[in-house]
Amino acid sequence: MSVELISYGAFFLTMALTYAIICLGLNVQWGQTGLFNVGIAGFVAIGAYVSALLTTPDTAGRIGGFGLPIVVGWIGGAVITSIVSFLIGALTIRLRADYLAIATFGVAVVVQLCALNLEALTGGPFGIGFIPRPFAELAATPLLFSLANFAVVALLVIALYFVLERLARSPWGRVLRAIREDEPAALALGKSAVGFRLQAFAIGGGIMGLAGAVQAHFIGFIAPDNYVPMLTFQVWAMLIVGGSGNNRGAILGAVLVWAIWAGSAGAVASIFPPGEQARAAALQIVMIGVALCAILLLRPRGILGELSVVSRHLGKLRRGVAAPAPTEEKTENAANT
Amino acid sequence: MNPQALMDGLIAGSMIGLGAIGVTLTYSILRFANFAHGEFVAWGAYFALAVAGALGALFSGLLTPIGPFSFGWALPIAALIAIVLNGGLALLVDALLFGRLRDRRSSIIIMVMASFGAALTLRSLLEFIFTSKPAYFTTALQIAQPLGGGIRATPDQLLSLGVAAVLVIAVHLLLTRTSIGRSMRAVSENVQLAGVVGIEVRKVIRIVWLLGAALACIAGISAGLLVQIRPQMGLDLLLPLFAAAILGGIGSVPGAMLAGLIVGLSEAFAVQLIGAEWRAAIAFVILVMVLLLRPQGLFGRPE
Repeated sequence: MSVELISYGAFFLTMALTYAIICLGLNVQWGQTGLFNVGIAGFVAIGAYVSALLTTPDTAGRIGGFGLPIVVGWIGGAVITSIVSFLIGALTIRLRADYLAIATFGVAVVVQLCALNLEALTGGPFGIGFIPRPFAELAATPLLFSLANFAVVALLVIALYFVLERLARSPWGRVLRAIREDEPAALALGKSAVGFRLQAFAIGGGIMGLAGAVQAHFIGFIAPDNYVPMLTFQVWAMLIVGGSGNNRGAILGAVLVWAIWAGSAGAVASIFPPGEQARAAALQIVMIGVALCAILLLRPRGILGELSVVSRHLGKLRRGVAAPAPTEEKTENAANT
Repeated sequence: MNPQALMDGLIAGSMIGLGAIGVTLTYSILRFANFAHGEFVAWGAYFALAVAGALGALFSGLLTPIGPFSFGWALPIAALIAIVLNGGLALLVDALLFGRLRDRRSSIIIMVMASFGAALTLRSLLEFIFTSKPAYFTTALQIAQPLGGGIRATPDQLLSLGVAAVLVIAVHLLLTRTSIGRSMRAVSENVQLAGVVGIEVRKVIRIVWLLGAALACIAGISAGLLVQIRPQMGLDLLLPLFAAAILGGIGSVPGAMLAGLIVGLSEAFAVQLIGAEWRAAIAFVILVMVLLLRPQGLFGRPE
């Protein structure tokens, strides 16, 4: 019994952490740079499909299937998604702020269409199966298998976390925040707002693609139905709940919202009769939607808000100054949200 | 090339145009891209469906078809009631969500995100109440009449084209010839200045929501009458709506309608060339081309 429980726990956390990776990517785009991406599902799908094409064994009736190692698939998924993000960003970032939102929404629609219709490449509505899973040789002992998978994804999240924290505190990260908070001031200091935004958007997109690839290999099967607007919405809820601008918040939000989601799905399945399940699932989405709007209204900073000091050198300076500094920080925070 | 595509494109385009007018008005006056606008189209259709169903059950005489059309008096009466209900829904969403964010001076992008949340909530609520099964106003079949040149159209289709044309002209006159229209244009130019000269900004905002919701309702009813009613219809329309609003130039009502027709016609002709499964991508291609070549749109002013 307890073995099954641990197995399930590992499975649940692995799933939640793949969402945490998407959240970290979104945090680079939105939390740190203020770029609104409404097409997360599309970017995740690109990563998943690219990786699946690179790593699956050759199949009759489908292009691709290069049988490459899993790591190559993950890197390929991240790189291609990053390039697509760059192109979309290059098209819209100089224009109005919400044209990017509309364009990313379009990307999600078009990626979904391609996944459905380019049967020779994507397997059409049935998707791609038999995606190699890491540690497949351990599959005979489910506990070891799920723990090994969990360890890989957890290590990936930790590594990403440290890299992104490092980036956020680097001069590069500070420029991003400066552009977000006061663009004319940053421009006056000689920073190219468009260039930095584009870099952030491409990096965030690449991380989303990586997450899609990891998820695909963890589940072993992908289909267009996995990448609907609902996914975009879940990831947004995760980041907003956890606290946008905060990488720890992104991870915490992912685990928390995924737990609520999985828990309420279980409750729906056990409470409602089979005929009413589809309706009840719609109600589940309504609740998450209301929750997202409520958080935007009531606690826009999320559980863990953004830290106002991003450089330890700046922290030292602040401590050197007299007492009023902390209150000043608070009002600054309130203004930021 | 099949000339019938011209008719199909005009009909789909007139619905896109009606929805895009609402998008372009909220965009220019409330200053954010409203991702929930498609849901007003869907809710309008379902309001009319529910009211028409109730009227038909109470007075079965209202179901006898009027003249050449496929529906009885229940539908036009239900349409008027649905317009009021849909306007109420838009005002409710504004009071609960957008109005509060406005009072707090939230950034544009927070408003966009809130509209995204509202869209999913409204859509799933429809799916919960009415299930995802497609619904129809009538099951009566109509014979398409030849109009010459190899084009055929049913009386219902011609009616909805006519209604769309009348509405566009009416909204255009409202904006250019009446005092409330002048107020709306003033607020879209500069909110603070409009407030200073004594324009009641709150009233203008209410009118924008009511107008947008009413046009969306008509578009939804047309779509329901000519195609079918589904909870997803708003989501499917969203990209064409944005493409049309941006192609027409943000804030331009004739531009939105013309661009709606262009999007509808391009979709219809592209379907002939590359197949119906790619229909949804056409709006995206148009959007990308506009952003590349003329980001201010046909009738917009460069920023």
